[in-house]
Amino acid sequence: MVDVRLVGLVKRFGKTVALRGIDLDVRDGEFVVLLGPSGCGKTTTLRIVAGLEKPDEGHVFFGDREVTYLPPKDRNVSMVFQSYAVWPHMKVKDNIAFPLRIRKVPEDEVQRRVKWAAELLQIETLLERYPHQLSGGQRQRVAVARAIVIEPDVLLMDEPLSNLDALLRVKMRSELKKLQRRIGVTTIYVTHDQVEAMTMGDRIAVMNAGKIMQVGTPEDIYLRPANIFVGGFVGSPQMNFFDATVTEKDGKLILEGPGFSIPLMEDQVSVLKDYVGKTVIAGIRPEHMFPKDLAPPKLKGVEITGDIDFVEALGSDTIIHLRVGEKILVIKVSGSHHYKIGSKLTVVFDLSKLHVFRKDSGEAII
Amino acid sequence: MSRTEIGGRPPLRYYLSKILFAGIVLIACSWILLPIVISALYAFSTPKDFYSPKEVIPLHYTFANIKELLDLGAARATMNSVIVACMTVVFSFILGLPAGYAFARFAFKGKDSLKLLIIGLRMFPMLVIAVPLVTLYIRLGLNDTLLGVALAHTTMALPFVILITSSIFVSVPIELEEAAFVFGLDRTQTFLRITLPLALPGLTAAAIFTFIMSWNEVFMAAVLTLTNRTLPAFILTSAMAAPDFIKFAASFIMILPALIFVFIARKYLISMWGITIR
Ligand SMILES: Nc1ncnc2c1ncn2[C@@H]1O[C@H](COP(=O)(O)OP(=O)(O)OP(=O)(O)O)[C@@H](O)[C@H]1O
Ligand SMILES: [Mg+2]
Repeated sequence: MVDVRLVGLVKRFGKTVALRGIDLDVRDGEFVVLLGPSGCGKTTTLRIVAGLEKPDEGHVFFGDREVTYLPPKDRNVSMVFQSYAVWPHMKVKDNIAFPLRIRKVPEDEVQRRVKWAAELLQIETLLERYPHQLSGGQRQRVAVARAIVIEPDVLLMDEPLSNLDALLRVKMRSELKKLQRRIGVTTIYVTHDQVEAMTMGDRIAVMNAGKIMQVGTPEDIYLRPANIFVGGFVGSPQMNFFDATVTEKDGKLILEGPGFSIPLMEDQVSVLKDYVGKTVIAGIRPEHMFPKDLAPPKLKGVEITGDIDFVEALGSDTIIHLRVGEKILVIKVSGSHHYKIGSKLTVVFDLSKLHVFRKDSGEAII
Repeated sequence: MSRTEIGGRPPLRYYLSKILFAGIVLIACSWILLPIVISALYAFSTPKDFYSPKEVIPLHYTFANIKELLDLGAARATMNSVIVACMTVVFSFILGLPAGYAFARFAFKGKDSLKLLIIGLRMFPMLVIAVPLVTLYIRLGLNDTLLGVALAHTTMALPFVILITSSIFVSVPIELEEAAFVFGLDRTQTFLRITLPLALPGLTAAAIFTFIMSWNEVFMAAVLTLTNRTLPAFILTSAMAAPDFIKFAASFIMILPALIFVFIARKYLISMWGITIR
């Protein structure tokens, strides 16, 4: 077991810069999720940790040992590849057993562990098949089984559940998390599925365009996004953003938005004092706004009235698109409700859940 | 725009195109098969049937022609050819396989120009280098030896082997090797346990091709040998003076290994993990 430290990783592929300075500490036994949009450098980061790629700048440490230029075989890592990379000339059982046989594990122990992994991933019946006789999701499970049969110092998983059906994915999520906790292996897990990130990660590192935008617990990331990108990327539907001007009126600070104004709370005032007269970006999550009749009774909120533009009924939730002036606000209400498109609706939003970002840098003010 | 009638009779054009297709296939097949069939038939026909103007297809068959040919020295020449072809395959793979792997897997300066140079080597007519080569061989004591012929054939086959094996290795996904690295193998072990087995169907085909290339090569073999003739060189110099049915027997012996190889290889190639690497 070992902690992993990434220091100032830069990686270029010709003209494209895949990583522009990645710093990340993964503690011993921790489960860290790399979350980010496609092409942001997640796989590249993982490959550098595995030793399959050398960074142009920066260092990788396993504990006190620098491993930046160590070949993969000397790092004792295990990896689930995004493309699975199961060996087509070996049966499923031999694929899973291969890492064990390389490590010269006694054959009866090999058999035992292969059986255990196959059961965990529900592929016991496929053990005698060749990979080309499997579906994509089955192949992916073989790749996961192969990665977990050994006891590596660091476990790297690149979107290991991306191709499974919803039911199996939910089950695998908890199985993998439980397994990781039990064997306590330091894990870096790549995904662009935020539910996966939120439910599995001890901490999440949100990446964008080759940089880490924020590292924090799932709660941190969700409640206190460090910048507009994280605020917008995490949470579904996306956070509502609108330009607003901080103005002073009768000695009180208010946020002047398009078609509404928001009186600020005391703690917010103290932070926003320096921004009087400036334009900022305000953000509020869809789930922090409520139709007036459904609002919690003691909610300290601001009322906004608009026209219902569109309603998505998801069964468990209802998503309302509300037109306020030029803007569309998206509101998420739990439960199934009926609203008439075109009618007026007044929503209350939870003032304490308001986010405010700088317009220039996108950094969070509140 | 073509009109398709759902449920109706297919248009005449459909039948015509089918017939045309069948015709082309027929012509292509007979183009290849007819000479083989004819030489096989005449190779075993008795001299009487062969010369009889009434019988286009001979009715009486015998092994005498083949036997006579073998006694003339074809047996030894066949043996020589097999040895030379095998040596050629071994040499050109020992030299070409690592080069092919390097071209497929590593990025290095001047890779493209080097590739071009290798193709360029094939453009040299053998005729140009034949005389200097003989002089050199005499000095080295390689003239009239099977090793000498095999080395010449290796030179001829090498560009092909390098380029083909390189494209075979390219077709083995690099992640399969990377997975092996991650799980603890070094490059050599990975090559032996992952890359090579996956490339084997392709490599086998390339080896067979190389074998046949050497088997068929006549010019260099004829120039470089005198007593140790390979089969084509032997036929060119000796059997051509013999009666026609002996020539047919000779051509049949020439074709035979290629045929056998292709049949074995076909079965082998298809049976190997369903031919698809994915
Ligand atoms: N071998 C390569 N050659 C050139 N560019 C590359 C190479 N590998 C990655 N890149 C580029 O580097 C950037 C980061 O790629 P990476 O594979 O790390 O993204 P990712 O976050 O894993 O995306 P995804 O979620 O789609 O898998 C991309 O812009 C990609 O085009
Ligand atoms: Mg990726």
